Amino acid sequence: MKILAVCGMGLGTSLILRMNAEKALKQLGIEADVEVSDMGSARALAATADLILTSQELAEQLGPVKPRVVTISNFIDLNEMVTKLKAAFA
Amino acid sequence: MSEATAAAAPSGGPRLTQLLPVDAIRIGESAADWRAAVRLAGDALVASGATTPAYTDEMVATVEQLGPYIVIAPGIALAHSRPSPAVLRAGISLVTLLEPVAFGHRENDPVRLVIGLAAVDEEGHVTALSTLAELLSDEARREGLIGAAGAAEVARMVRSFDESQAVDPASVNTTVESTGETS
Repeated sequence: MKILAVCGMGLGTSLILRMNAEKALKQLGIEADVEVSDMGSARALAATADLILTSQELAEQLGPVKPRVVTISNFIDLNEMVTKLKAAFA
Repeated sequence: MSEATAAAAPSGGPRLTQLLPVDAIRIGESAADWRAAVRLAGDALVASGATTPAYTDEMVATVEQLGPYIVIAPGIALAHSRPSPAVLRAGISLVTLLEPVAFGHRENDPVRLVIGLAAVDEEGHVTALSTLAELLSDEARREGLIGAAGAAEVARMVRSFDESQAVDPASVNTTVESTGETS
Protein backbone atom coordinates (compact mmCIF):
# COMPACT_ATOMS: atom_id res chain seq x y z
CA MET A 1 0.00 0.00 0.00
CA LYS A 2 1.47 3.33 -1.06
CA ILE A 3 0.02 6.70 -0.15
CA LEU A 4 1.24 9.88 -1.82
CA ALA A 5 0.95 13.15 0.14
CA VAL A 6 0.95 15.99 -2.38
CA CYS A 7 1.55 19.72 -1.86
CA GLY A 8 2.87 22.57 -3.95
CA MET A 9 6.54 22.17 -3.07
CA GLY A 10 6.65 18.68 -1.58
CA LEU A 11 8.44 19.77 1.57
CA GLY A 12 6.16 21.74 3.87
CA THR A 13 2.47 21.05 3.83
CA SER A 14 2.93 17.51 2.53
CA LEU A 15 5.30 16.67 5.40
CA ILE A 16 2.59 17.65 7.85
CA LEU A 17 0.11 15.55 5.86
CA ARG A 18 2.49 12.59 6.00
CA MET A 19 3.02 12.96 9.74
CA ASN A 20 -0.72 13.03 10.42
CA ALA A 21 -1.42 10.21 7.97
CA GLU A 22 1.17 7.98 9.66
CA LYS A 23 -0.41 8.62 13.04
CA ALA A 24 -3.86 7.85 11.63
CA LEU A 25 -2.70 4.65 9.88
CA LYS A 26 -1.12 3.45 13.10
CA GLN A 27 -4.37 4.09 14.95
CA LEU A 28 -6.34 2.24 12.26
CA GLY A 29 -3.84 -0.62 12.11
CA ILE A 30 -3.25 -0.15 8.37
CA GLU A 31 0.17 -0.89 6.89
CA ALA A 32 1.17 1.70 4.28
CA ASP A 33 4.13 3.76 3.12
CA VAL A 34 3.49 7.47 2.93
CA GLU A 35 5.63 9.42 0.49
CA VAL A 36 5.62 13.15 -0.23
CA SER A 37 5.55 14.81 -3.62
CA ASP A 38 5.31 18.25 -5.16
CA MET A 39 2.65 19.09 -7.73
CA GLY A 40 5.13 18.77 -10.60
CA SER A 41 6.01 15.13 -9.86
CA ALA A 42 2.62 14.05 -8.51
CA ARG A 43 1.07 12.97 -11.81
CA ALA A 44 3.96 10.62 -12.61
CA LEU A 45 4.21 9.24 -9.06
CA ALA A 46 0.43 8.74 -8.93
CA ALA A 47 0.77 5.84 -11.37
CA THR A 48 2.23 3.62 -8.64
CA ALA A 49 0.27 5.00 -5.67
CA ASP A 50 -2.86 3.48 -4.15
CA LEU A 51 -4.15 6.69 -2.64
CA ILE A 52 -3.43 10.41 -2.88
CA LEU A 53 -3.77 12.81 0.02
CA THR A 54 -3.93 16.54 -0.71
CA SER A 55 -6.00 19.69 -0.26
CA GLN A 56 -9.20 20.40 -2.18
CA GLU A 57 -7.52 23.23 -4.13
CA LEU A 58 -4.54 21.16 -5.17
CA ALA A 59 -6.75 18.19 -6.06
CA GLU A 60 -8.53 20.44 -8.56
CA GLN A 61 -5.20 21.57 -10.04
CA LEU A 62 -3.98 17.97 -10.20
CA GLY A 63 -6.95 16.89 -12.30
CA PRO A 64 -7.90 13.25 -12.94
CA VAL A 65 -5.43 10.63 -11.69
CA LYS A 66 -5.62 6.85 -11.40
CA PRO A 67 -5.64 6.42 -7.60
CA ARG A 68 -8.39 7.58 -5.33
CA VAL A 69 -7.88 11.16 -4.11
CA VAL A 70 -8.73 12.02 -0.52
CA THR A 71 -8.83 15.74 0.27
CA ILE A 72 -8.02 17.09 3.70
CA SER A 73 -9.20 20.48 5.05
CA ASN A 74 -7.41 20.60 8.37
CA PHE A 75 -3.93 19.12 7.99
CA ILE A 76 -3.25 18.95 11.72
CA ASP A 77 -6.58 17.40 12.74
CA LEU A 78 -6.00 13.72 13.46
CA ASN A 79 -9.75 13.03 13.70
CA GLU A 80 -10.40 14.24 10.15
CA MET A 81 -7.51 12.14 8.83
CA VAL A 82 -8.65 9.01 10.69
CA THR A 83 -12.25 9.43 9.54
CA LYS A 84 -11.33 9.98 5.89
CA LEU A 85 -8.72 7.21 5.70
CA LYS A 86 -11.10 4.82 7.44
CA ALA A 87 -13.77 5.60 4.84
CA ALA A 88 -11.26 5.27 1.99
CA PHE A 89 -10.09 1.84 3.15
CA ALA A 90 -13.52 0.54 4.14
CA MET B 1 24.66 23.97 11.31
CA SER B 2 25.93 20.54 10.34
CA GLU B 3 27.13 19.97 13.87
CA ALA B 4 23.70 20.78 15.29
CA THR B 5 22.03 18.63 12.64
CA ALA B 6 24.16 15.63 13.44
CA ALA B 7 23.79 16.02 17.19
CA ALA B 8 20.04 16.50 17.27
CA ALA B 9 18.49 13.97 14.91
CA PRO B 10 20.51 12.42 12.11
CA SER B 11 17.73 12.10 9.56
CA GLY B 12 15.22 14.72 10.64
CA GLY B 13 17.48 17.71 11.28
CA PRO B 14 17.61 20.15 14.18
CA ARG B 15 14.94 20.39 16.84
CA LEU B 16 12.22 23.06 16.79
CA THR B 17 13.93 25.37 19.31
CA GLN B 18 17.02 25.40 17.09
CA LEU B 19 15.12 26.38 13.95
CA LEU B 20 12.67 28.76 15.67
CA PRO B 21 14.74 31.18 17.76
CA VAL B 22 13.17 34.12 19.59
CA ASP B 23 14.41 36.47 16.81
CA ALA B 24 12.03 34.69 14.42
CA ILE B 25 8.92 35.22 16.57
CA ARG B 26 6.67 38.28 16.06
CA ILE B 27 3.64 38.72 18.29
CA GLY B 28 0.59 40.96 17.80
CA GLU B 29 1.51 42.19 14.32
CA SER B 30 -0.81 43.95 11.88
CA ALA B 31 -1.13 43.02 8.22
CA ALA B 32 -3.39 44.70 5.66
CA ASP B 33 -3.74 41.59 3.50
CA TRP B 34 -2.31 38.08 2.98
CA ARG B 35 0.73 39.38 1.14
CA ALA B 36 1.64 41.61 4.08
CA ALA B 37 1.09 38.68 6.45
CA VAL B 38 3.40 36.43 4.43
CA ARG B 39 5.96 39.26 4.31
CA LEU B 40 5.95 39.49 8.12
CA ALA B 41 6.83 35.78 8.30
CA GLY B 42 9.54 36.39 5.68
CA ASP B 43 10.95 39.39 7.56
CA ALA B 44 11.17 37.25 10.70
CA LEU B 45 13.15 34.59 8.77
CA VAL B 46 15.50 37.34 7.56
CA ALA B 47 15.86 38.70 11.10
CA SER B 48 16.89 35.29 12.42
CA GLY B 49 19.50 34.90 9.68
CA ALA B 50 17.79 32.01 7.86
CA THR B 51 17.03 33.79 4.59
CA THR B 52 17.66 36.88 2.50
CA PRO B 53 14.72 39.18 1.60
CA ALA B 54 14.50 37.51 -1.83
CA TYR B 55 13.02 34.43 -0.15
CA THR B 56 10.13 36.54 1.13
CA ASP B 57 9.28 37.41 -2.49
CA GLU B 58 9.49 33.71 -3.35
CA MET B 59 7.00 32.82 -0.58
CA VAL B 60 4.53 35.42 -1.90
CA ALA B 61 5.03 34.15 -5.46
CA THR B 62 4.29 30.58 -4.33
CA VAL B 63 0.84 31.57 -3.08
CA GLU B 64 0.23 33.57 -6.27
CA GLN B 65 1.05 30.49 -8.36
CA LEU B 66 -0.49 27.68 -6.33
CA GLY B 67 -3.26 29.40 -4.39
CA PRO B 68 -4.09 29.61 -0.69
CA TYR B 69 -3.62 25.90 0.03
CA ILE B 70 -0.93 26.97 2.53
CA VAL B 71 -3.73 27.70 5.00
CA ILE B 72 -3.32 24.21 6.45
CA ALA B 73 -5.78 24.47 9.33
CA PRO B 74 -8.39 26.95 10.58
CA GLY B 75 -6.51 30.20 11.23
CA ILE B 76 -3.04 28.83 10.42
CA ALA B 77 -0.97 29.51 7.28
CA LEU B 78 2.32 27.74 6.48
CA ALA B 79 4.15 30.16 4.19
CA HIS B 80 7.07 28.65 2.31
CA SER B 81 8.75 28.24 -1.04
CA ARG B 82 11.36 25.78 -2.25
CA PRO B 83 15.09 25.65 -1.42
CA SER B 84 16.91 28.46 -3.25
CA PRO B 85 20.04 30.63 -3.02
CA ALA B 86 17.92 32.98 -0.84
CA VAL B 87 17.79 30.31 1.88
CA LEU B 88 20.96 30.54 3.98
CA ARG B 89 19.97 27.75 6.39
CA ALA B 90 16.82 25.90 7.44
CA GLY B 91 14.60 28.10 9.57
CA ILE B 92 11.08 28.58 10.90
CA SER B 93 9.34 31.82 11.90
CA LEU B 94 6.08 32.44 13.75
CA VAL B 95 3.87 35.53 13.48
CA THR B 96 0.60 36.18 15.29
CA LEU B 97 -1.80 38.76 13.88
CA LEU B 98 -3.87 41.13 15.98
CA GLU B 99 -6.58 41.20 13.33
CA PRO B 100 -7.21 38.00 11.34
CA VAL B 101 -6.44 38.23 7.62
CA ALA B 102 -8.23 36.49 4.72
CA PHE B 103 -6.06 34.37 2.42
CA GLY B 104 -8.91 33.31 0.15
CA HIS B 105 -9.14 29.78 1.55
CA ARG B 106 -12.64 28.30 1.37
CA GLU B 107 -12.62 26.61 4.77
CA ASN B 108 -9.71 27.76 6.91
CA ASP B 109 -9.88 31.57 6.63
CA PRO B 110 -9.23 33.94 8.34
CA VAL B 111 -5.61 33.50 9.42
CA ARG B 112 -4.34 34.51 12.84
CA LEU B 113 -1.06 32.61 12.86
CA VAL B 114 1.51 32.60 10.04
CA ILE B 115 4.37 30.11 10.11
CA GLY B 116 7.29 30.83 7.78
CA LEU B 117 9.40 27.89 6.61
CA ALA B 118 12.75 28.01 4.84
CA ALA B 119 14.23 24.68 3.75
CA VAL B 120 17.61 23.80 2.27
CA ASP B 121 16.55 20.27 1.30
CA GLU B 122 13.59 17.94 1.69
CA GLU B 123 14.37 16.49 5.10
CA GLY B 124 16.47 18.87 7.23
CA HIS B 125 13.40 20.51 8.78
CA VAL B 126 11.30 17.37 9.36
CA THR B 127 11.87 17.01 13.11
CA ALA B 128 11.23 20.68 13.82
CA LEU B 129 8.17 20.93 11.57
CA SER B 130 6.68 17.75 13.04
CA THR B 131 7.10 19.11 16.55
CA LEU B 132 5.47 22.38 15.53
CA ALA B 133 2.53 20.58 13.89
CA GLU B 134 2.15 18.49 17.04
CA LEU B 135 2.14 21.62 19.18
CA LEU B 136 -0.41 23.38 16.97
CA SER B 137 -2.73 20.37 16.88
CA ASP B 138 -3.24 20.74 20.63
CA GLU B 139 -6.01 23.32 20.94
CA ALA B 140 -5.02 24.64 24.37
CA ARG B 141 -1.40 25.12 23.29
CA ARG B 142 -2.45 26.69 19.98
CA GLU B 143 -4.68 29.23 21.72
CA GLY B 144 -1.90 29.87 24.22
CA LEU B 145 0.50 30.73 21.40
CA ILE B 146 -1.99 32.97 19.62
CA GLY B 147 -2.87 34.78 22.84
CA ALA B 148 0.74 35.16 24.04
CA ALA B 149 1.84 38.61 25.14
CA GLY B 150 5.31 38.52 23.63
CA ALA B 151 7.97 36.66 21.71
CA ALA B 152 9.81 35.55 24.86
CA GLU B 153 6.64 33.90 26.17
CA VAL B 154 6.14 32.02 22.88
CA ALA B 155 9.79 30.96 22.85
CA ARG B 156 9.35 29.54 26.36
CA MET B 157 6.22 27.62 25.31
CA VAL B 158 8.02 26.24 22.27
CA ARG B 159 11.05 25.20 24.32
CA SER B 160 8.95 23.50 26.97
CA PHE B 161 6.94 21.57 24.34
CA ASP B 162 10.08 20.68 22.40
CA GLU B 163 11.65 19.24 25.55
CA SER B 164 8.52 17.19 26.31
CA GLN B 165 8.73 15.74 22.79
CA ALA B 166 12.38 14.86 23.32
CA VAL B 167 11.44 12.86 26.40
CA ASP B 168 8.72 11.00 24.50
CA PRO B 169 9.96 10.88 20.91
CA ALA B 170 7.47 8.26 19.68
CA SER B 171 5.64 10.58 17.32
CA VAL B 172 8.82 12.10 15.94
CA ASN B 173 10.41 8.71 15.38
CA THR B 174 7.55 7.34 13.33
CA THR B 175 7.98 10.31 11.01
CA VAL B 176 11.73 9.98 10.70
CA GLU B 177 11.81 6.23 10.15
CA SER B 178 9.90 6.31 6.91
CA THR B 179 11.36 9.35 5.25
CA GLY B 180 10.22 8.26 1.83
CA GLU B 181 13.53 7.25 0.27
CA THR B 182 12.02 3.98 -0.86
CA SER B 183 11.13 5.11 -4.37
